[in-house]
Amino acid sequence: MVASVEDVIQPHSLDPADVPHPLVAMENLALVFGTGEGAVTALTNVNLSIKRHDFVSLIGPSGCGKTTLLRVVADLVKPTSGTIMVDGGTPEQARLDRSYGYVFQAPALYPWRNVRRNVELPLEIMGLPKTERQERSTRALETVGLAGFEGKFPWQLSGGMQQRVSIARAMGFEPELLLMDEPFGALDEITRDNLNLHLHELWKRTQLTVIFVTHSIPEAVFLSTHIVVMSPRPGRIVDVIECDLPYDRKLDMRETPDYLRIAHKVRDGLRAGHSYE
Amino acid sequence: MSAPVYAPEAAVAPALSTRLARRLHRGRVLPIITVLAVLLAVWCAGTVYMNAPRSIEMLERQGPDWTFQQLLDATWSMDRPVVPTPVQVFTDIWQNTVEREISSRRSLIFHSWVTLSSTMLGFAMGTVLGIVIAVAMVYVRTLDRSLMPWVIASQTVPILAIAPMIVVVLGNIGLTGVVPKAIISSYLSFFPVAIGMVKGLRSPDPLQLDLLSTYSATRSQTFWKLRWPASMPFLFPSLKIGVALALVGAIVGELPTGAQAGLGARLLTGSYYGQMVQLWSALVMSAVLALLCVFAVTAAEKMVVAAHGGRR
Ligand SMILES: Nc1ncnc2c1ncn2[C@@H]1O[C@H](COP(=O)(O)OP(=O)(O)OP(=O)(O)O)[C@@H](O)[C@H]1O
Ligand SMILES: [Mg+2]
Repeated sequence: MVASVEDVIQPHSLDPADVPHPLVAMENLALVFGTGEGAVTALTNVNLSIKRHDFVSLIGPSGCGKTTLLRVVADLVKPTSGTIMVDGGTPEQARLDRSYGYVFQAPALYPWRNVRRNVELPLEIMGLPKTERQERSTRALETVGLAGFEGKFPWQLSGGMQQRVSIARAMGFEPELLLMDEPFGALDEITRDNLNLHLHELWKRTQLTVIFVTHSIPEAVFLSTHIVVMSPRPGRIVDVIECDLPYDRKLDMRETPDYLRIAHKVRDGLRAGHSYE
Repeated sequence: MSAPVYAPEAAVAPALSTRLARRLHRGRVLPIITVLAVLLAVWCAGTVYMNAPRSIEMLERQGPDWTFQQLLDATWSMDRPVVPTPVQVFTDIWQNTVEREISSRRSLIFHSWVTLSSTMLGFAMGTVLGIVIAVAMVYVRTLDRSLMPWVIASQTVPILAIAPMIVVVLGNIGLTGVVPKAIISSYLSFFPVAIGMVKGLRSPDPLQLDLLSTYSATRSQTFWKLRWPASMPFLFPSLKIGVALALVGAIVGELPTGAQAGLGARLLTGSYYGQMVQLWSALVMSAVLALLCVFAVTAAEKMVVAAHGGRR
């Protein structure tokens, strides 16, 4: 993990001050899977506004609708009611414009492609020339610490390595909005710290906006500008906690009183959501 | 409970033979040889049993005291046996392949080639047809429901009933030779390909498909970058069945053509004139041909698997 992070995603020329609209805005969003007896209310009464260059973490117990919320933003599933805008238009428009990259909860690699060709898949679809594809995939793989594994096939990698390939795949894509569904869940503590730091640097030096699902409070507090606490049955937002740590963060910041205060607040929010059941 | 078998011979045997034995053991050579030996033994016993009545008749005519050894010799060396011996069959094959000019009408190489060429043409046509049908069923919603019953119905009609119709109808519009036979082959071989490919093209999991929607990939990109490579593990088993069926189709297609050339023709004339040796040679040759065809498909499969990461 030696590549400097600016290499991976070039700063967008767009100045956030010029764009007054939130990047993502949801109003009274609800989503019900199925109908009748077996219907599951995955999301209800979701109001959320995400500005450009926000780093928003979604945290909440299993099954509270975090993945579903990301999938709504990504236009992989349509909400039952309410409105959602992404990048000033519909989620569908944003998807067609390729304005976001999505790191799924599972790696979703193509087993017949080696690591490099998996990372280059979105670049092939965008029709980039071969040399640029190679440059981008090399840099993205260096960032996630997988330089030298380009020729390996997914079955030759551990689960955590596969997940890192899928992160590299989303980074090489260079989107302005990054949707990440528990990207570091399968990783050991040290690798996770490392990638947290890399993601933070990446976010800091670009105009990247991130929506980040996690089960880890330390991770959420370290990375985020806002932490959205959710609770299940029916899935809803119980609190949005502002995370006003300094813009420039280091890993050792996790012992400071400010950090601990925010972490405490998140934990209280999660408890409240749980006791609601 | 039986005690574990201890084989001291193996432990003290000289290096060369242990290595040979190990290779035989590890490889599939030994089981194949065993099965082959059993088959040949059954074949030889069958020869005695089937040819015995006529051999006994012949021996009786020469005198009442004949031995079992004489009977064996007689059953194994008849001019026109009911069932020929392996030696008779393989001698006949040797004479009609190695020792015969390829241009001769009795050359088994010539007849095999006639059958093989229509098999390959029909197999190619059937494979393309099967893939086209599968793609249509996967991509066109109305065809998904409406086409499958017809595909299945097509295979319930006995090919022996359809083959002469195809040959006669095509003959009337001036199409003879390899094309009618290839059509019969493709009629049989498209089926497993279509069935396998429908399953294969549908095999990508939802997440792999979602990934492509997040890139707003086009339909053709989804096909070539996901569905097609994902279907390869399903295509090749289907192709192995398909190529064997194509060979059957080619042979069946040669039966009603007036039996001029091809292994089917040799089978027909052999049974018509009671030339059992000729019939059996043609049979063995078609089995060899089938093995070669399946082997070729397996080789192609190995290449694709290697290019796709070496593990299915
Ligand atoms: N395709 C679907 N059809 C029906 N129900 C679904 C579907 N997807 C999710 N659900 C339901 O919606 C609810 C929220 O699921 P979701 O996957 O969003 O949870 P999550 O917060 O991501 O959980 P986890 O932390 O375990 O990943 C669950 O109760 C789940 O059963
Ligand atoms: Mg989830």
